[in-house]
Amino acid sequence: MASFLIGAACFVLAATALGLLRILRGPADADRMMAAQLLGTGGVAALLLLAAAVQSPAIVDVALMLALFAAFASVAFVNNASRSQDQAPPATDSR
Amino acid sequence: MTPVLNIFTAIAVSAGAFFFIAGTVGLLRFPDTLTRLHALTKADNLGLGLVVLGLLPLVEWPFGALKLISVWLLVQLSGAIVAQLIADFVRREEPHA
Repeated sequence: MASFLIGAACFVLAATALGLLRILRGPADADRMMAAQLLGTGGVAALLLLAAAVQSPAIVDVALMLALFAAFASVAFVNNASRSQDQAPPATDSR
Repeated sequence: MTPVLNIFTAIAVSAGAFFFIAGTVGLLRFPDTLTRLHALTKADNLGLGLVVLGLLPLVEWPFGALKLISVWLLVQLSGAIVAQLIADFVRREEPHA
C-alpha cells in the first residue's frame, strides 16, 4: 500500500508540475497565478499521500501550512493587481 | 486493514489523481482565462476531495481523520474565495470577455 501511495504522490506532483507550463505561456498574469494555485492544491494532495505512506502525521501539518500560504498568495496577488489596475489609465471605467 | 478498504483507497486515490490530470489538461488546453479558472477550481477541489476520502481509512480515528477533513475544508473555502476574486479581477480587466 505504501508504494502505491508514494507512486500516486509522484503522479499528482508530476501532473501539477506540467500545469506550470501555463506560467511560461501566460498570457495574462491571472493565468500564471492560477497555475501557482494548482501547484498549491497539488502539493497539498501529494503531501497528504506521503503522510499516509510513511505514517508520519506531522506531514499533514506541512500540508495545512501549504494550503494556508497558497490562499494568502492568491489574495495578495488580486489585492496588488487590482490596486495597480485602479491607478493605471484614467480613461477606463471602474466596472 | 481489510482488503475491501485497501481497494476503496486505491480506487478513490486513483480517481483523485485522474481529476488532477484533468485540471492540468484544462489549464493548458482551454481557450481563455475564465474557462481555465473553471477547469482549475472544479478539478483540483474534487481531486483533493477524492484523495482525502481515499486516505481516511488509513489514518487514526477520530483526530487524524478530522485533521484530513479540515485540510480539505480549508482548501475548499480558500479555493472558492480565490476563484471569485480572480474572476472579478479578470472581468474588470477585460469587460467584454
